[in-house]
Amino acid sequence: MENLNNDYTHIKGWGIDADPKNEPTYPMKKYTGDDHKRLNWDRPPLQPVNIEVLHSTERPNITAVFGTSTPPSGLSGAIRRYAFQFSENQYMHWLPLLLADRVNVVEGIVDDLKRGHIPNIFAERGMKAELKHNPKGLAKRILVTVAVTSIAYAILKGKSKKR
Amino acid sequence: MLAMNYRGPRRVRADQKPMPEILHPNDAIIRVTRSCICGSDLHLYHGLVPDTRVGMTFGHEFIGVVEEIGPSVEKLKVGDSVIVPFNIACGTCAFCKQELYGNCHESNPQATAVGGIFGYSHTAGGYDGGQAEFVRVPYADVGPTVIPPGMDHDNAVLLTDVVPTGYQAAEMGGIKAGDTVVVFGAGPVGIMAAKCAWLFGAARVIVFDHVEYRLEFVKNYANCEAYNFRSIEDPVLFVKKTTDWLGADVCIDAVGADASGDAMQTITGKKLLLQAGSATALHWAINSVKKGGIVSIVGVYGPTDNLVPIGNVVNKGITIRANQASVKRLLPRLIEHIEAGRLDPKAMITHRVPLEEVADAYHIFSSKLDNCIKTVLIPPSARR
Ligand SMILES: NC(=O)c1ccc[n+]([C@@H]2O[C@H](COP(=O)([O-])OP(=O)(O)OC[C@H]3O[C@@H](n4cnc5c(N)ncnc54)[C@H](O)[C@@H]3O)[C@@H](O)[C@H]2O)c1
Ligand SMILES: [Zn+2]
Ligand SMILES: [Zn+2]
Repeated sequence: MENLNNDYTHIKGWGIDADPKNEPTYPMKKYTGDDHKRLNWDRPPLQPVNIEVLHSTERPNITAVFGTSTPPSGLSGAIRRYAFQFSENQYMHWLPLLLADRVNVVEGIVDDLKRGHIPNIFAERGMKAELKHNPKGLAKRILVTVAVTSIAYAILKGKSKKR
Repeated sequence: MLAMNYRGPRRVRADQKPMPEILHPNDAIIRVTRSCICGSDLHLYHGLVPDTRVGMTFGHEFIGVVEEIGPSVEKLKVGDSVIVPFNIACGTCAFCKQELYGNCHESNPQATAVGGIFGYSHTAGGYDGGQAEFVRVPYADVGPTVIPPGMDHDNAVLLTDVVPTGYQAAEMGGIKAGDTVVVFGAGPVGIMAAKCAWLFGAARVIVFDHVEYRLEFVKNYANCEAYNFRSIEDPVLFVKKTTDWLGADVCIDAVGADASGDAMQTITGKKLLLQAGSATALHWAINSVKKGGIVSIVGVYGPTDNLVPIGNVVNKGITIRANQASVKRLLPRLIEHIEAGRLDPKAMITHRVPLEEVADAYHIFSSKLDNCIKTVLIPPSARR
Protein backbone atom coordinates (compact mmCIF):
# COMPACT_ATOMS: atom_id res chain seq x y z
CA MET A 1 0.00 0.00 0.00
CA GLU A 2 1.16 3.49 -0.80
CA ASN A 3 2.44 5.71 1.96
CA LEU A 4 -0.33 7.86 3.37
CA ASN A 5 0.80 11.39 3.68
CA ASN A 6 -1.21 12.92 6.49
CA ASP A 7 -0.42 16.52 5.70
CA TYR A 8 -3.10 17.95 3.46
CA THR A 9 -2.12 21.61 3.72
CA HIS A 10 -1.44 21.62 -0.02
CA ILE A 11 -5.14 20.99 -0.67
CA LYS A 12 -7.07 24.19 -0.28
CA GLY A 13 -10.12 23.62 1.90
CA TRP A 14 -9.23 20.09 3.00
CA GLY A 15 -11.84 18.80 5.44
CA ILE A 16 -13.72 22.09 5.50
CA ASP A 17 -17.08 20.41 4.81
CA ALA A 18 -16.48 17.31 6.93
CA ASP A 19 -19.72 16.62 8.75
CA PRO A 20 -19.78 13.75 11.23
CA LYS A 21 -23.58 14.05 11.34
CA ASN A 22 -23.86 13.19 7.66
CA GLU A 23 -24.46 9.52 8.31
CA PRO A 24 -25.79 7.43 5.45
CA THR A 25 -28.37 5.96 7.77
CA TYR A 26 -29.70 9.47 8.25
CA PRO A 27 -31.02 10.41 4.84
CA MET A 28 -30.06 13.77 3.56
CA LYS A 29 -33.35 15.49 3.46
CA LYS A 30 -34.93 18.21 5.45
CA TYR A 31 -37.82 16.61 7.31
CA THR A 32 -40.70 19.02 7.12
CA GLY A 33 -43.58 16.61 7.59
CA ASP A 34 -44.94 17.76 4.24
CA ASP A 35 -44.85 14.30 2.76
CA HIS A 36 -47.53 13.21 5.21
CA LYS A 37 -49.88 15.77 3.76
CA ARG A 38 -49.66 13.61 0.62
CA LEU A 39 -50.71 15.47 -2.53
CA ASN A 40 -52.19 18.41 -0.64
CA TRP A 41 -49.65 21.15 -1.26
CA ASP A 42 -50.80 24.48 -2.69
CA ARG A 43 -50.26 23.86 -6.35
CA PRO A 44 -48.62 26.56 -8.45
CA PRO A 45 -50.89 28.15 -11.07
CA LEU A 46 -51.43 25.72 -13.94
CA GLN A 47 -49.91 26.19 -17.39
CA PRO A 48 -52.76 26.08 -19.92
CA VAL A 49 -52.80 22.84 -21.87
CA ASN A 50 -52.92 23.83 -25.56
CA ILE A 51 -51.01 20.88 -26.95
CA GLU A 52 -51.21 17.13 -26.47
CA VAL A 53 -49.36 16.20 -23.28
CA LEU A 54 -49.05 12.53 -22.43
CA HIS A 55 -48.93 11.94 -18.70
CA SER A 56 -47.73 9.06 -16.61
CA THR A 57 -50.49 6.80 -15.29
CA GLU A 58 -48.69 7.00 -11.97
CA ARG A 59 -50.02 10.50 -11.36
CA PRO A 60 -53.56 11.87 -11.42
CA ASN A 61 -52.91 14.95 -13.52
CA ILE A 62 -50.55 16.97 -15.67
CA THR A 63 -47.91 18.86 -13.66
CA ALA A 64 -48.34 22.60 -13.15
CA VAL A 65 -45.77 23.26 -15.85
CA PHE A 66 -44.61 21.08 -18.71
CA GLY A 67 -42.49 21.29 -21.83
CA THR A 68 -44.06 22.02 -25.20
CA SER A 69 -41.32 20.63 -27.41
CA THR A 70 -42.36 18.25 -30.20
CA PRO A 71 -45.88 17.01 -29.27
CA PRO A 72 -46.65 13.43 -30.38
CA SER A 73 -47.35 13.16 -34.11
CA GLY A 74 -47.57 10.59 -36.88
CA LEU A 75 -46.96 6.90 -36.39
CA SER A 76 -44.41 7.51 -33.62
CA GLY A 77 -47.03 9.60 -31.83
CA ALA A 78 -49.55 6.77 -32.05
CA ILE A 79 -46.98 4.39 -30.55
CA ARG A 80 -46.23 6.86 -27.77
CA ARG A 81 -49.95 7.20 -26.94
CA TYR A 82 -50.15 3.42 -26.71
CA ALA A 83 -47.07 3.32 -24.44
CA PHE A 84 -48.59 5.84 -22.06
CA GLN A 85 -51.45 3.45 -21.25
CA PHE A 86 -48.94 1.51 -19.16
CA SER A 87 -47.30 2.64 -15.96
CA GLU A 88 -43.62 3.45 -15.61
CA ASN A 89 -43.35 0.06 -13.95
CA GLN A 90 -44.04 -1.81 -17.20
CA TYR A 91 -41.79 -2.77 -20.10
CA MET A 92 -44.83 -2.09 -22.26
CA HIS A 93 -44.33 1.55 -21.39
CA TRP A 94 -40.61 1.90 -22.16
CA LEU A 95 -40.01 -0.51 -25.03
CA PRO A 96 -42.67 0.98 -27.33
CA LEU A 97 -41.24 4.41 -26.52
CA LEU A 98 -37.82 3.29 -27.73
CA LEU A 99 -39.48 1.89 -30.85
CA ALA A 100 -41.32 5.18 -31.37
CA ASP A 101 -38.00 7.03 -31.09
CA ARG A 102 -36.58 4.98 -33.97
CA VAL A 103 -39.72 5.40 -36.12
CA ASN A 104 -39.49 9.11 -35.37
CA VAL A 105 -36.01 9.24 -36.96
CA VAL A 106 -37.45 8.05 -40.28
CA GLU A 107 -40.33 10.54 -39.93
CA GLY A 108 -37.70 13.23 -39.34
CA ILE A 109 -35.97 12.45 -42.62
CA VAL A 110 -39.31 12.41 -44.49
CA ASP A 111 -40.17 15.78 -42.92
CA ASP A 112 -36.85 17.23 -43.99
CA LEU A 113 -37.36 16.03 -47.56
CA LYS A 114 -40.95 17.36 -47.60
CA ARG A 115 -39.59 20.78 -46.70
CA GLY A 116 -37.09 20.47 -49.55
CA HIS A 117 -34.17 19.92 -47.20
CA ILE A 118 -31.84 17.00 -47.89
CA PRO A 119 -30.28 16.25 -44.51
CA ASN A 120 -26.50 16.27 -44.63
CA ILE A 121 -26.06 13.17 -42.50
CA PHE A 122 -22.27 13.32 -42.83
CA ALA A 123 -22.26 16.78 -41.24
CA GLU A 124 -24.97 15.91 -38.67
CA ARG A 125 -22.81 13.05 -37.44
CA GLY A 126 -19.93 15.43 -36.87
CA MET A 127 -17.74 13.80 -39.50
CA LYS A 128 -16.07 17.12 -40.28
CA ALA A 129 -14.60 16.97 -36.79
CA GLU A 130 -13.74 13.29 -37.26
CA LEU A 131 -11.84 14.18 -40.43
CA LYS A 132 -9.93 16.88 -38.59
CA HIS A 133 -9.15 15.08 -35.33
CA ASN A 134 -9.28 11.40 -36.23
CA PRO A 135 -8.65 11.01 -39.99
CA LYS A 136 -7.49 7.41 -39.55
CA GLY A 137 -10.73 6.56 -37.73
CA LEU A 138 -12.75 8.14 -40.52
CA ALA A 139 -10.83 6.19 -43.17
CA LYS A 140 -11.50 3.00 -41.21
CA ARG A 141 -15.22 3.83 -40.96
CA ILE A 142 -15.43 4.40 -44.70
CA LEU A 143 -13.50 1.21 -45.52
CA VAL A 144 -15.70 -0.85 -43.19
CA THR A 145 -18.87 0.62 -44.70
CA VAL A 146 -17.65 -0.03 -48.24
CA ALA A 147 -16.56 -3.57 -47.35
CA VAL A 148 -19.85 -4.41 -45.61
CA THR A 149 -21.97 -3.03 -48.47
CA SER A 150 -19.96 -4.80 -51.16
CA ILE A 151 -20.11 -8.12 -49.29
CA ALA A 152 -23.84 -7.71 -48.76
CA TYR A 153 -24.23 -6.79 -52.43
CA ALA A 154 -22.19 -9.81 -53.53
CA ILE A 155 -24.25 -12.13 -51.33
CA LEU A 156 -27.55 -10.71 -52.56
CA LYS A 157 -26.41 -10.87 -56.18
CA GLY A 158 -25.23 -14.47 -55.69
CA LYS A 159 -28.60 -15.39 -54.19
CA SER A 160 -30.62 -13.80 -56.98
CA LYS A 161 -28.49 -15.60 -59.61
CA LYS A 162 -29.21 -18.97 -58.01
CA ARG A 163 -32.94 -18.41 -58.16
CA MET B 1 -33.57 31.86 -33.36
CA LEU B 2 -30.76 29.35 -33.76
CA ALA B 3 -31.09 26.11 -31.76
CA MET B 4 -29.64 22.65 -31.58
CA ASN B 5 -31.96 20.15 -33.29
CA TYR B 6 -31.89 16.41 -32.51
CA ARG B 7 -32.44 14.28 -35.64
CA GLY B 8 -31.75 10.79 -34.27
CA PRO B 9 -28.99 8.84 -32.55
CA ARG B 10 -25.64 10.56 -33.25
CA ARG B 11 -27.28 13.08 -35.58
CA VAL B 12 -27.75 16.69 -34.51
CA ARG B 13 -27.59 20.04 -36.23
CA ALA B 14 -28.21 23.74 -35.66
CA ASP B 15 -31.46 25.04 -37.15
CA GLN B 16 -33.69 28.07 -37.05
CA LYS B 17 -36.60 27.53 -34.65
CA PRO B 18 -39.46 29.72 -33.38
CA MET B 19 -38.70 31.92 -30.35
CA PRO B 20 -39.89 30.44 -27.03
CA GLU B 21 -42.84 32.15 -25.39
CA ILE B 22 -44.06 32.82 -21.87
CA LEU B 23 -46.62 30.03 -21.26
CA HIS B 24 -47.07 30.31 -17.49
CA PRO B 25 -47.16 33.40 -15.25
CA ASN B 26 -43.92 32.40 -13.52
CA ASP B 27 -41.97 31.77 -16.73
CA ALA B 28 -38.99 33.75 -17.92
CA ILE B 29 -37.32 33.82 -21.32
CA ILE B 30 -33.53 33.75 -21.04
CA ARG B 31 -31.15 34.86 -23.78
CA VAL B 32 -28.46 32.22 -23.52
CA THR B 33 -24.86 33.41 -23.35
CA ARG B 34 -23.20 30.04 -22.77
CA SER B 35 -24.40 26.44 -22.67
CA CYS B 36 -22.47 23.23 -22.15
CA ILE B 37 -22.61 19.72 -23.50
CA CYS B 38 -22.83 17.21 -20.64
CA GLY B 39 -22.17 13.50 -20.28
CA SER B 40 -25.92 13.26 -19.68
CA ASP B 41 -26.52 14.65 -23.17
CA LEU B 42 -24.48 11.75 -24.51
CA HIS B 43 -27.07 9.28 -23.18
CA LEU B 44 -29.66 11.12 -25.31
CA TYR B 45 -27.27 11.51 -28.25
CA HIS B 46 -26.59 7.76 -28.22
CA GLY B 47 -30.32 7.01 -28.24
CA LEU B 48 -30.42 5.37 -24.80
CA VAL B 49 -33.23 7.44 -23.23
CA PRO B 50 -36.82 6.48 -24.17
CA ASP B 51 -39.11 9.22 -25.54
CA THR B 52 -36.34 11.33 -27.03
CA ARG B 53 -38.24 12.97 -29.87
CA VAL B 54 -36.79 14.14 -33.15
CA GLY B 55 -36.82 17.94 -33.30
CA MET B 56 -36.07 18.53 -29.64
CA THR B 57 -33.41 20.97 -28.48
CA PHE B 58 -31.09 19.59 -25.78
CA GLY B 59 -29.15 21.54 -23.17
CA HIS B 60 -29.59 21.68 -19.41
CA GLU B 61 -26.41 23.57 -18.49
CA PHE B 62 -26.78 27.21 -19.43
CA ILE B 63 -26.53 30.76 -18.19
CA GLY B 64 -27.88 33.89 -19.78
CA VAL B 65 -29.62 37.22 -19.52
CA VAL B 66 -33.29 37.62 -18.58
CA GLU B 67 -35.03 38.80 -21.75
CA GLU B 68 -38.68 38.70 -20.66
CA ILE B 69 -40.58 37.75 -17.50
CA GLY B 70 -44.08 36.46 -16.83
CA PRO B 71 -46.55 38.55 -14.77
CA SER B 72 -45.94 36.76 -11.45
CA VAL B 73 -42.14 36.79 -11.53
CA GLU B 74 -40.80 38.80 -8.59
CA LYS B 75 -37.20 37.81 -8.00
CA LEU B 76 -35.80 38.44 -11.48
CA LYS B 77 -35.83 41.48 -13.67
CA VAL B 78 -35.11 41.95 -17.34
CA GLY B 79 -31.36 42.27 -17.85
CA ASP B 80 -30.28 40.11 -14.89
CA SER B 81 -27.52 37.61 -15.65
CA VAL B 82 -28.54 34.28 -14.18
CA ILE B 83 -27.34 30.77 -13.41
CA VAL B 84 -30.18 28.38 -14.27
CA PRO B 85 -30.06 25.06 -12.34
CA PHE B 86 -30.65 22.06 -14.58
CA ASN B 87 -33.57 20.89 -12.43
CA ILE B 88 -36.97 22.48 -13.02
CA ALA B 89 -38.45 22.86 -9.52
CA CYS B 90 -41.69 24.42 -8.29
CA GLY B 91 -40.50 25.22 -4.78
CA THR B 92 -43.88 24.33 -3.25
CA CYS B 93 -44.41 20.56 -3.56
CA ALA B 94 -43.51 18.29 -0.64
CA PHE B 95 -40.21 17.32 -2.26
CA CYS B 96 -39.06 20.84 -3.10
CA LYS B 97 -39.87 21.86 0.49
CA GLN B 98 -37.41 19.21 1.62
CA GLU B 99 -34.83 20.76 -0.70
CA LEU B 100 -35.04 17.78 -3.02
CA TYR B 101 -35.10 20.14 -5.99
CA GLY B 102 -34.05 17.35 -8.34
CA ASN B 103 -37.25 15.48 -7.47
CA CYS B 104 -39.98 18.09 -7.98
CA HIS B 105 -43.46 16.66 -8.49
CA GLU B 106 -44.84 19.60 -10.47
CA SER B 107 -42.49 19.75 -13.44
CA ASN B 108 -42.70 16.49 -15.35
CA PRO B 109 -46.06 15.06 -16.44
CA GLN B 110 -44.50 12.20 -18.40
CA ALA B 111 -42.76 10.41 -15.54
CA THR B 112 -43.01 10.43 -11.77
CA ALA B 113 -39.58 8.85 -11.29
CA VAL B 114 -37.69 11.94 -12.43
CA GLY B 115 -38.25 15.67 -12.08
CA GLY B 116 -38.32 18.10 -15.00
CA ILE B 117 -34.96 18.77 -16.65
CA PHE B 118 -34.29 21.25 -19.45
CA GLY B 119 -33.71 19.65 -22.86
CA TYR B 120 -33.72 16.12 -21.59
CA SER B 121 -36.34 14.16 -23.58
CA HIS B 122 -40.01 13.81 -22.73
CA THR B 123 -39.11 11.35 -20.01
CA ALA B 124 -37.84 14.46 -18.18
CA GLY B 125 -40.74 16.75 -19.06
CA GLY B 126 -40.41 17.59 -22.76
CA TYR B 127 -38.74 20.98 -22.36
CA ASP B 128 -36.64 22.45 -25.13
CA GLY B 129 -33.23 23.16 -23.66
CA GLY B 130 -30.57 25.81 -23.60
CA GLN B 131 -28.33 24.83 -26.52
CA ALA B 132 -30.08 27.67 -28.31
CA GLU B 133 -30.18 31.44 -28.44
CA PHE B 134 -33.24 31.64 -26.19
CA VAL B 135 -34.94 29.28 -23.77
CA ARG B 136 -38.13 29.22 -21.73
CA VAL B 137 -37.41 28.86 -18.00
CA PRO B 138 -40.42 27.85 -15.85
CA TYR B 139 -40.61 28.68 -12.11
CA ALA B 140 -38.34 31.68 -12.66
CA ASP B 141 -38.68 32.69 -9.00
CA VAL B 142 -37.37 29.34 -7.76
CA GLY B 143 -34.33 28.06 -9.65
CA PRO B 144 -32.54 30.92 -11.42
CA THR B 145 -29.92 32.67 -9.31
CA VAL B 146 -28.29 35.97 -10.21
CA ILE B 147 -24.60 35.50 -11.03
CA PRO B 148 -22.63 37.04 -8.14
CA PRO B 149 -20.75 40.16 -9.17
CA GLY B 150 -17.19 39.38 -10.17
CA MET B 151 -17.82 35.71 -10.84
CA ASP B 152 -16.29 34.43 -14.09
CA HIS B 153 -19.14 33.33 -16.36
CA ASP B 154 -17.24 30.15 -17.22
CA ASN B 155 -17.46 29.21 -13.55
CA ALA B 156 -21.11 30.27 -13.45
CA VAL B 157 -22.13 27.96 -16.28
CA LEU B 158 -20.51 25.00 -14.54
CA LEU B 159 -22.55 25.77 -11.41
CA THR B 160 -25.71 24.76 -13.30
CA ASP B 161 -24.80 21.06 -13.00
CA VAL B 162 -21.22 19.75 -12.98
CA VAL B 163 -20.01 21.41 -9.77
CA PRO B 164 -23.12 20.63 -7.69
CA THR B 165 -23.28 17.09 -9.08
CA GLY B 166 -19.64 16.34 -8.30
CA TYR B 167 -20.03 17.90 -4.88
CA GLN B 168 -23.23 16.01 -4.09
CA ALA B 169 -21.55 12.77 -5.21
CA ALA B 170 -18.95 13.32 -2.49
CA GLU B 171 -21.54 14.53 0.01
CA MET B 172 -23.76 11.48 -0.53
CA GLY B 173 -20.68 9.34 0.06
CA GLY B 174 -20.87 10.46 3.69
CA ILE B 175 -17.07 10.78 3.55
CA LYS B 176 -15.39 10.77 6.98
CA ALA B 177 -11.97 12.28 7.64
CA GLY B 178 -9.47 9.59 6.72
CA ASP B 179 -11.66 7.75 4.19
CA THR B 180 -10.37 6.23 0.97
CA VAL B 181 -12.64 7.32 -1.85
CA VAL B 182 -12.75 5.67 -5.29
CA VAL B 183 -14.32 7.59 -8.16
CA PHE B 184 -15.28 5.78 -11.35
CA GLY B 185 -15.18 8.14 -14.33
CA ALA B 186 -12.86 11.05 -15.08
CA GLY B 187 -15.38 13.10 -17.03
CA PRO B 188 -16.23 16.56 -15.69
CA VAL B 189 -18.51 15.05 -13.01
CA GLY B 190 -15.97 12.50 -11.78
CA ILE B 191 -13.20 15.11 -11.83
CA MET B 192 -15.32 17.41 -9.69
CA ALA B 193 -16.32 14.56 -7.35
CA ALA B 194 -12.64 13.72 -6.82
CA LYS B 195 -11.84 17.35 -6.14
CA CYS B 196 -14.72 17.72 -3.67
CA ALA B 197 -13.92 14.47 -1.82
CA TRP B 198 -11.02 16.34 -0.18
CA LEU B 199 -13.36 19.04 1.10
CA PHE B 200 -15.05 16.35 3.17
CA GLY B 201 -11.75 15.11 4.57
CA ALA B 202 -10.84 12.17 2.35
CA ALA B 203 -7.37 10.79 3.02
CA ARG B 204 -6.96 9.16 -0.34
CA VAL B 205 -8.76 9.68 -3.64
CA ILE B 206 -8.43 7.21 -6.52
CA VAL B 207 -9.97 7.74 -9.96
CA PHE B 208 -10.53 5.18 -12.72
CA ASP B 209 -11.11 5.82 -16.42
CA HIS B 210 -9.68 4.56 -19.68
CA VAL B 211 -9.09 7.84 -21.44
CA GLU B 212 -5.45 8.74 -20.83
CA TYR B 213 -5.65 12.50 -21.24
CA ARG B 214 -8.51 12.67 -18.74
CA LEU B 215 -6.56 10.59 -16.22
CA GLU B 216 -3.59 12.92 -16.68
CA PHE B 217 -5.84 15.93 -16.12
CA VAL B 218 -7.59 14.64 -13.01
CA LYS B 219 -4.33 13.56 -11.41
CA ASN B 220 -3.04 17.12 -11.49
CA TYR B 221 -6.30 18.99 -11.09
CA ALA B 222 -7.68 16.97 -8.19
CA ASN B 223 -4.39 15.91 -6.56
CA CYS B 224 -5.49 12.30 -6.74
CA GLU B 225 -4.28 8.92 -7.94
CA ALA B 226 -5.58 8.01 -11.38
CA TYR B 227 -5.52 4.64 -13.11
CA ASN B 228 -6.44 3.31 -16.52
CA PHE B 229 -8.74 0.33 -15.99
CA ARG B 230 -7.64 -1.12 -19.33
CA SER B 231 -4.07 -1.46 -18.12
CA ILE B 232 -5.00 -3.22 -14.87
CA GLU B 233 -6.70 -6.51 -15.24
CA ASP B 234 -9.46 -6.10 -12.71
CA PRO B 235 -10.19 -2.73 -11.08
CA VAL B 236 -12.05 -4.36 -8.19
CA LEU B 237 -9.11 -6.57 -7.28
CA PHE B 238 -6.83 -3.57 -7.67
CA VAL B 239 -8.90 -1.59 -5.14
CA LYS B 240 -8.93 -4.51 -2.72
CA LYS B 241 -5.16 -4.89 -2.87
CA THR B 242 -4.48 -1.21 -2.40
CA THR B 243 -6.81 -0.95 0.64
CA ASP B 244 -5.31 -3.77 2.72
CA TRP B 245 -7.74 -6.20 1.06
CA LEU B 246 -10.83 -4.56 2.59
CA GLY B 247 -12.18 -2.29 -0.13
CA ALA B 248 -12.70 1.46 -0.34
CA ASP B 249 -14.75 3.28 2.29
CA VAL B 250 -16.71 5.09 -0.38
CA CYS B 251 -17.19 4.40 -4.11
CA ILE B 252 -18.68 6.93 -6.49
CA ASP B 253 -20.27 6.04 -9.84
CA ALA B 254 -19.68 9.09 -12.06
CA VAL B 255 -20.04 7.18 -15.32
CA GLY B 256 -23.65 6.07 -15.80
CA ALA B 257 -25.28 4.33 -18.73
CA ASP B 258 -22.50 4.80 -21.29
CA ALA B 259 -19.90 2.81 -19.37
CA SER B 260 -17.37 0.67 -21.19
CA GLY B 261 -15.05 -2.02 -19.86
CA ASP B 262 -17.30 -5.09 -19.81
CA ALA B 263 -18.39 -6.74 -23.06
CA MET B 264 -21.56 -8.33 -21.60
CA GLN B 265 -22.76 -5.03 -20.17
CA THR B 266 -21.91 -3.16 -23.37
CA ILE B 267 -23.74 -5.61 -25.63
CA THR B 268 -26.86 -5.99 -23.49
CA GLY B 269 -26.96 -2.35 -22.39
CA LYS B 270 -25.76 -0.28 -25.31
CA LYS B 271 -26.22 -2.42 -28.41
CA LEU B 272 -29.35 -4.51 -27.72
CA LEU B 273 -30.93 -2.07 -25.23
CA LEU B 274 -31.99 -5.05 -23.11
CA GLN B 275 -31.04 -3.01 -20.06
CA ALA B 276 -31.10 0.73 -19.48
CA GLY B 277 -27.52 1.27 -20.60
CA SER B 278 -24.43 -0.50 -19.39
CA ALA B 279 -23.94 -0.69 -15.61
CA THR B 280 -20.24 -1.59 -15.58
CA ALA B 281 -19.11 1.24 -13.33
CA LEU B 282 -21.88 0.62 -10.81
CA HIS B 283 -21.03 -3.07 -10.80
CA TRP B 284 -17.41 -2.23 -10.05
CA ALA B 285 -18.39 0.32 -7.39
CA ILE B 286 -20.52 -2.20 -5.49
CA ASN B 287 -17.79 -4.81 -5.62
CA SER B 288 -14.96 -2.40 -4.70
CA VAL B 289 -16.50 -0.87 -1.60
CA LYS B 290 -15.81 -2.33 1.83
CA LYS B 291 -18.43 -4.10 3.94
CA GLY B 292 -20.71 -1.48 5.44
CA GLY B 293 -19.39 1.00 2.90
CA ILE B 294 -21.25 3.55 0.85
CA VAL B 295 -21.84 3.64 -2.88
CA SER B 296 -22.83 7.06 -4.16
CA ILE B 297 -24.41 7.10 -7.63
CA VAL B 298 -24.67 10.21 -9.76
CA GLY B 299 -24.13 8.42 -13.07
CA VAL B 300 -27.40 8.48 -14.98
CA TYR B 301 -29.25 5.34 -16.08
CA GLY B 302 -32.40 4.90 -18.13
CA PRO B 303 -35.78 4.15 -16.56
CA THR B 304 -36.10 0.41 -17.26
CA ASP B 305 -33.57 -1.66 -15.31
CA ASN B 306 -29.94 -2.70 -15.07
CA LEU B 307 -27.89 -5.74 -14.17
CA VAL B 308 -26.07 -5.10 -10.91
CA PRO B 309 -24.83 -7.49 -8.19
CA ILE B 310 -27.59 -6.65 -5.74
CA GLY B 311 -26.80 -9.79 -3.73
CA ASN B 312 -23.45 -8.28 -2.82
CA VAL B 313 -25.18 -5.10 -1.71
CA VAL B 314 -27.16 -7.17 0.78
CA ASN B 315 -24.36 -9.45 1.91
CA LYS B 316 -21.86 -6.64 2.38
CA GLY B 317 -24.36 -4.33 4.06
CA ILE B 318 -23.72 -1.58 1.56
CA THR B 319 -25.63 1.68 1.69
CA ILE B 320 -26.50 3.12 -1.70
CA ARG B 321 -27.18 6.82 -1.98
CA ALA B 322 -28.12 8.37 -5.27
CA ASN B 323 -29.91 11.32 -6.77
CA GLN B 324 -30.04 13.96 -9.40
CA ALA B 325 -28.09 16.83 -7.88
CA SER B 326 -30.18 19.35 -5.96
CA VAL B 327 -28.50 22.32 -7.60
CA LYS B 328 -30.41 25.09 -5.85
CA ARG B 329 -29.73 23.63 -2.40
CA LEU B 330 -25.99 23.56 -3.03
CA LEU B 331 -25.45 26.83 -4.91
CA PRO B 332 -24.75 29.14 -1.92
CA ARG B 333 -22.03 26.88 -0.50
CA LEU B 334 -20.47 26.23 -3.91
CA ILE B 335 -20.36 29.93 -4.74
CA GLU B 336 -18.40 30.37 -1.48
CA HIS B 337 -15.99 27.62 -2.48
CA ILE B 338 -15.37 29.21 -5.87
CA GLU B 339 -14.96 32.71 -4.43
CA ALA B 340 -12.49 31.39 -1.84
CA GLY B 341 -10.50 29.65 -4.58
CA ARG B 342 -11.16 26.17 -3.19
CA LEU B 343 -12.79 25.12 -6.45
CA ASP B 344 -11.78 26.26 -9.93
CA PRO B 345 -14.30 24.67 -12.28
CA LYS B 346 -13.51 26.68 -15.40
CA ALA B 347 -10.14 24.90 -15.72
CA MET B 348 -12.12 21.90 -17.03
CA ILE B 349 -13.33 23.78 -20.10
CA THR B 350 -11.29 22.65 -23.09
CA HIS B 351 -13.56 23.61 -26.00
CA ARG B 352 -15.46 26.76 -26.89
CA VAL B 353 -17.52 26.18 -30.00
CA PRO B 354 -19.99 28.35 -31.94
CA LEU B 355 -23.52 26.93 -31.62
CA GLU B 356 -23.57 26.58 -35.43
CA GLU B 357 -20.97 23.79 -35.11
CA VAL B 358 -23.00 21.79 -32.60
CA ALA B 359 -22.76 18.55 -34.64
CA ASP B 360 -18.95 18.58 -34.53
CA ALA B 361 -19.01 19.57 -30.87
CA TYR B 362 -21.17 16.55 -29.93
CA HIS B 363 -19.03 14.18 -31.94
CA ILE B 364 -15.79 15.48 -30.40
CA PHE B 365 -17.18 15.20 -26.85
CA SER B 366 -18.74 11.80 -27.46
CA SER B 367 -15.68 10.27 -29.13
CA LYS B 368 -13.23 11.95 -26.71
CA LEU B 369 -11.33 13.59 -29.59
CA ASP B 370 -8.92 16.51 -29.35
CA ASN B 371 -8.38 15.99 -25.57
CA CYS B 372 -11.93 17.20 -24.90
CA ILE B 373 -13.11 17.44 -21.30
CA LYS B 374 -15.84 20.08 -21.26
CA THR B 375 -17.38 21.91 -24.18
CA VAL B 376 -19.11 25.28 -24.08
CA LEU B 377 -21.38 26.32 -26.95
CA ILE B 378 -21.62 30.03 -27.69
CA PRO B 379 -24.74 31.21 -29.55
CA PRO B 380 -24.24 33.79 -32.30
CA SER B 381 -26.16 36.46 -30.36
CA ALA B 382 -23.64 36.14 -27.51
CA ARG B 383 -20.66 36.67 -29.79
CA ARG B 384 -21.76 39.97 -31.22
N1 LIG C 1 -27.01 12.90 -10.99
C1 LIG C 1 -26.89 14.07 -11.60
O1 LIG C 1 -27.43 15.06 -11.17
C2 LIG C 1 -26.02 14.18 -12.82
C3 LIG C 1 -25.70 15.42 -13.32
C4 LIG C 1 -24.80 15.51 -14.39
C5 LIG C 1 -24.29 14.36 -14.96
N2 LIG C 1 -24.66 13.16 -14.47
C6 LIG C 1 -24.14 11.90 -15.02
O2 LIG C 1 -22.81 11.71 -14.60
C7 LIG C 1 -22.15 10.88 -15.54
C8 LIG C 1 -20.84 11.50 -15.95
O3 LIG C 1 -21.03 12.76 -16.59
P1 LIG C 1 -19.83 13.46 -17.34
O4 LIG C 1 -20.33 14.75 -17.88
O5 LIG C 1 -18.63 13.47 -16.49
O6 LIG C 1 -19.67 12.42 -18.58
P2 LIG C 1 -18.46 11.96 -19.51
O7 LIG C 1 -19.06 11.10 -20.55
O8 LIG C 1 -17.64 13.13 -19.95
O9 LIG C 1 -17.54 11.10 -18.53
C9 LIG C 1 -17.72 9.75 -18.26
C10 LIG C 1 -16.33 9.13 -18.15
O10 LIG C 1 -16.43 7.79 -17.70
C11 LIG C 1 -15.44 7.03 -18.37
N3 LIG C 1 -15.79 5.61 -18.27
C12 LIG C 1 -16.48 4.83 -19.13
N4 LIG C 1 -16.63 3.59 -18.62
C13 LIG C 1 -16.02 3.59 -17.41
C14 LIG C 1 -15.84 2.60 -16.40
N5 LIG C 1 -16.34 1.37 -16.55
N6 LIG C 1 -15.15 2.95 -15.28
C15 LIG C 1 -14.63 4.19 -15.13
N7 LIG C 1 -14.78 5.18 -16.05
C16 LIG C 1 -15.47 4.87 -17.17
C17 LIG C 1 -15.44 7.61 -19.76
O11 LIG C 1 -14.23 7.30 -20.43
C18 LIG C 1 -15.59 9.10 -19.48
O12 LIG C 1 -14.34 9.76 -19.35
C19 LIG C 1 -23.13 10.71 -16.69
O13 LIG C 1 -23.85 9.51 -16.52
C20 LIG C 1 -24.08 11.86 -16.51
O14 LIG C 1 -25.35 11.58 -17.06
C21 LIG C 1 -25.50 13.06 -13.40
ZN1 LIG D 1 -25.32 17.99 -17.16
ZN1 LIG E 1 -41.63 20.93 -6.61
